[in-house]
Amino acid sequence: MRSVILTAGARLLVALLLVFSVFMLLRGHNVPGGGFIGGLIGAVGFVVYAIACGTSEAREALRLPPERIAIVGLGIALFSGFMAMVMQEDPFTGQWLFIGATETDKGLPLSSVLVFDIGVYLVVMGAILTLVFALEEEI
Amino acid sequence: MAAAHDSSQPASPGQKMAGWAGFLIASSFFVFFWQMMGPVGAGETLRWSYEWVPSLGIALSFFVDGLSLTFALLISGIGALVMLYSTKYLEGHQHLARFFLYLTLFMLSMLGLVLSDNLLSLFVFWELTSITSYLLIGFSHTSADSRRSALQALLVTGGGGLALLAGFVLIGWVAGTYELSEIRAQGDLIREHGLYLTILVLFLLGAFTKSAQIPFHFWLPNAMAAPTPVSAYLHSATMVKGGVYLMARIHPTLAETDVWLWTLTTAGAATAVFASFMAVKQTDLKQILAYTTLMALGTLTLFLAADTGYAITAAMTFLVVHSLYKAALFMIAGIIDHSTGTREIDQLGGLLKAMPITAGAAALAALSMAGFPPFLGFIGKELKYAGALAVQSEPVLVAGAVLLANALMLVAAGLVAFRPFWRGTHSTPVAPHEAHWRLLVGPVILAILGALLGVNSDLIAKPLVVPGVSAISSGELEPAELKLWAGVNLPLILSGITIALGIFLLAFHRRMRAILNAMEARLPSFDRGWDVFLDMVKGSAAWQTRALQSGVMRYYLYIVFGTLLVAVGGTLLWTGAFQGVPAIEGLQVKHWIVVVLIVAGAALTTITNSRIAAIAGLGAVGIAVALIFIIYGAPDVAITQLLVETLVVVLFAVAALKLPTLRPEDGFPNRKLDALFASAIGLVVAAVLITVTTGPINRRLTDFFEQSSWIDAYGRNIVNVILVDFRALDTFGEIAVVAVAGIAAWAILKGPKEDAK
Repeated sequence: MRSVILTAGARLLVALLLVFSVFMLLRGHNVPGGGFIGGLIGAVGFVVYAIACGTSEAREALRLPPERIAIVGLGIALFSGFMAMVMQEDPFTGQWLFIGATETDKGLPLSSVLVFDIGVYLVVMGAILTLVFALEEEI
Repeated sequence: MAAAHDSSQPASPGQKMAGWAGFLIASSFFVFFWQMMGPVGAGETLRWSYEWVPSLGIALSFFVDGLSLTFALLISGIGALVMLYSTKYLEGHQHLARFFLYLTLFMLSMLGLVLSDNLLSLFVFWELTSITSYLLIGFSHTSADSRRSALQALLVTGGGGLALLAGFVLIGWVAGTYELSEIRAQGDLIREHGLYLTILVLFLLGAFTKSAQIPFHFWLPNAMAAPTPVSAYLHSATMVKGGVYLMARIHPTLAETDVWLWTLTTAGAATAVFASFMAVKQTDLKQILAYTTLMALGTLTLFLAADTGYAITAAMTFLVVHSLYKAALFMIAGIIDHSTGTREIDQLGGLLKAMPITAGAAALAALSMAGFPPFLGFIGKELKYAGALAVQSEPVLVAGAVLLANALMLVAAGLVAFRPFWRGTHSTPVAPHEAHWRLLVGPVILAILGALLGVNSDLIAKPLVVPGVSAISSGELEPAELKLWAGVNLPLILSGITIALGIFLLAFHRRMRAILNAMEARLPSFDRGWDVFLDMVKGSAAWQTRALQSGVMRYYLYIVFGTLLVAVGGTLLWTGAFQGVPAIEGLQVKHWIVVVLIVAGAALTTITNSRIAAIAGLGAVGIAVALIFIIYGAPDVAITQLLVETLVVVLFAVAALKLPTLRPEDGFPNRKLDALFASAIGLVVAAVLITVTTGPINRRLTDFFEQSSWIDAYGRNIVNVILVDFRALDTFGEIAVVAVAGIAAWAILKGPKEDAK
C-alpha cells in the first residue's frame, strides 16, 4: 500500500534533509554539527525515501551501492590522515590552508580535518543505508 | 590441501632454487659467525641494538658472547648441511619451496633467539621457533598422525611459552630492565626477592616444555613425524636446545639456590635415565635417536643444575658433541630409509658392502656418541663424570644416573650405527645402494669433526667452550680443561665401567627389550594422558558453550545484564561506595517533564502488548534523554541521540511489521519477573551514576580542550574538534567499525539468499 501524500512529501523532505545534512557537515567545526551528525541526517533522508517509495527506488536515487559509499568514505578518512605525513608530521595531524587570509580575517579555511569529516559523513551514511536497505529488502 | 591436485606436477626450477637459496643463506651466516670466533675467544662481547618499541622498552638488541656464538655456529653450520641434504632428500617433492621457506624461517628465528639481548624480543623469536616447528612437523599435512603430533608440539611448547612470558615480565619488573646483559648483574636482587619462586617456576615451565624434560617429554618422540632433515635439525641439534640455552643464559641470575639445584637435578636425571631405557627398546631408527636426544637434553639440564666449573664445562662440551653426532646420525637414518625403504632395525643388517661411506660416517658418529677415545664424545663423557662427581647435590646419585644413561647410550649407538652395517644380513623392501653425494656431505663432515675435535680439542676449547663457560657463570667459574688423557682417575675408571656395561647390555639387547616392553605396558602412558587432558579441555569448552550459547536472544540478555547486576551491584555493596542519594535542589518544570517522559515511556514498554507501542515507548525514553543533553548544553550529543533514536524506531518498525502482536499466552511467562529484573538493573546503573557524579571531577582534560580547541585546531565546537582532530585516529577506528558492522549485517542478510538463487 503506497500513500500518495507520503510519497510526495518524502520527495520534498529528502531534498531538504540532504541539503541540511551537508550544511550540518560543513558548519560542524564551530557550531553543533559535523560529519557524524550530517551522515545520520543524510541516512535518515534516504530511509524516509525508502519507506515512502520503496527500496529499489531509493537505491536508484542513491546512484552508488551504499556499501561502496561506506568504503570510499573510509578511504577518504585514511587519505586525510596521510596528508600530514606528506608534510612530514605525525599521521592525522590537521593541515590547514587559509585562502585569502589577511591580518584580521582568516579568509576561507580549508583543511585535512574537513576531508576527514567528509569521510566520516560517507561512512556513517553508507553503513546505515547498507544495513537498512538490506533489512527492508529481506522483510 | 593442494596435495590432491598437484602431486603429479614435477618440481619447477624455482622450487629447486629455493633449496640452494636456503643453503646459501645458512652458509653465509656460518661464515659471518666464524670470523667472530677470534674476538669472542679473546673475551669480547659484540653488540648491535635497534630501538623497536621504545615506549615499552623493547629493543632489537643482539649480542654475541661465547654461549650465543656456540649456538649460532651450530645453528648456521648444521643448518647449511641440512639444507644441502634436503635438496636431495626431498627432491621432486611438490612443496619443496614451502619446506625451505619454513626451514629458513626457523633458522632465522633460532638465531634471533640465541642472539637476543632483550627478553621480550627473545620471547618473540622463541614463539617463532615453536610456530615454524609446528609447520615442519605437520609438513606431511595429509597424514592425521603428523597433524596430531604437530598440534601436540605446538600446544605443549606454546603453553610453556605463555608461562615463560609471564616469568619474563616478572623478571623485567623486579630487575627494572628487559636487557639480559643488565639483568645478569642483578642476580642477588632477584634471588632474594619474594617473587623468586614464582619467577623460577614460570621460567622453568617454559624451558622444560621446549627442551622436553619429564613430564613434558612426550611431544618430542611424536615430532619424528616430520621429514628426517627436520628431525636432524630442529628436534635434535637446535630447537629443543632452546630451553637449555635459556637455562644457561639465565644461570647467573636464577641459579645458585637449592630450588634451582634440586629441580634441575631431579628433572634432568629422571629424563636422562627414563629416555635411555626408552631408547634401547625402540625398533625404529628415528625413535631410538629421538629418545637419545631426550637423554642428552636431560643430561644438559642435569649439569646446568650445578654451579661448578666442571659441570658447566661438561654441559658446554656435551652440547657441541651431541649436536655433531646426533645431526649426523639422523641424516644417516634418513639415508638408510631412502636406500632401503625401511627404518626398522630388525630388517636391517649387512649394509656395509652396499653403503661403505655411510657406514664409515655412521661408525665415526656412533663412536663419538658411545664415548670412545679419541673422539670428542670421550672428552665429553670424561667431563660429565668429573662434573657429576663435583655437583653439590648428590654426586653418587648423579654419577650413577650419568653412568647408566651413558651405558645405554652405547647400546643405542650400537643399534643405530653398528648392527645395520656390520652384522647379519638385510631383508629390506628395496635393495640397498650408496647415497647421493649431497646426502653424504653432511653426516661425513659432522662425523669427521667429532673425531678431529677430539684429537685436537683446543680447536673448540679456546674460541667456544671457555668463553661459553664464562658467559654461563658470569666469569666466576674456572672452566675445566678439555683433554683426552687426564691420567688414571675416577672419571677414567667410570668410563671403563660404562663401556663394559654398554657392550654387555648390547649383547643381551633382545632380552632387555622384552623386559622393558613388559615393564612399559604396566606404566601409564604420557601420550595417552595427553589425549585425556585434551578431551577434558574440549569437554569443558563444549559444556560452557552449551551453557552460555543458547542461541535465544532473551537468555543472552539475561546473561549480559545479570553479570552487570551481580558484578557492578555487588561491587557497590562490597566497597560501600554508594553513599545514598544526595539532596537535589532547583528542579524546574523542564526537569519534571523529562522525568515524566522517561517513567511513562518505560512503563508503556513494560505493559503493552504491541511491539510497535513498546518501541515507541523506548523512543520516548530516548528523546527524554536527548532533552537532558539539551538542558545541560550538549547540543551535538542531543542531535546524535535524537537521530539514532529515530533510526532505531524506523529499523525496528520495519522488522516488527512482520511479527505478530504479543499476547500473554504467546509465552513471556516471566514478564513480571523481567520487569523486576530490569528495574534492578536500572537502580544499579542509577546508583553508579550518582556515585560517579557526586565525586570530584578532574577538569584537566576539559580545560586543555577548552583552551587549545580554537588556538591549535581553529574550531569552536570542542566535541567536533576532538572527534576530527585531537582524537582523529580513534574516530578513524570507530568509523572503520561502523563500516565493517554495516557490511557484515548486509552479508548476513543478503548472503544465503543469493546462494539459493
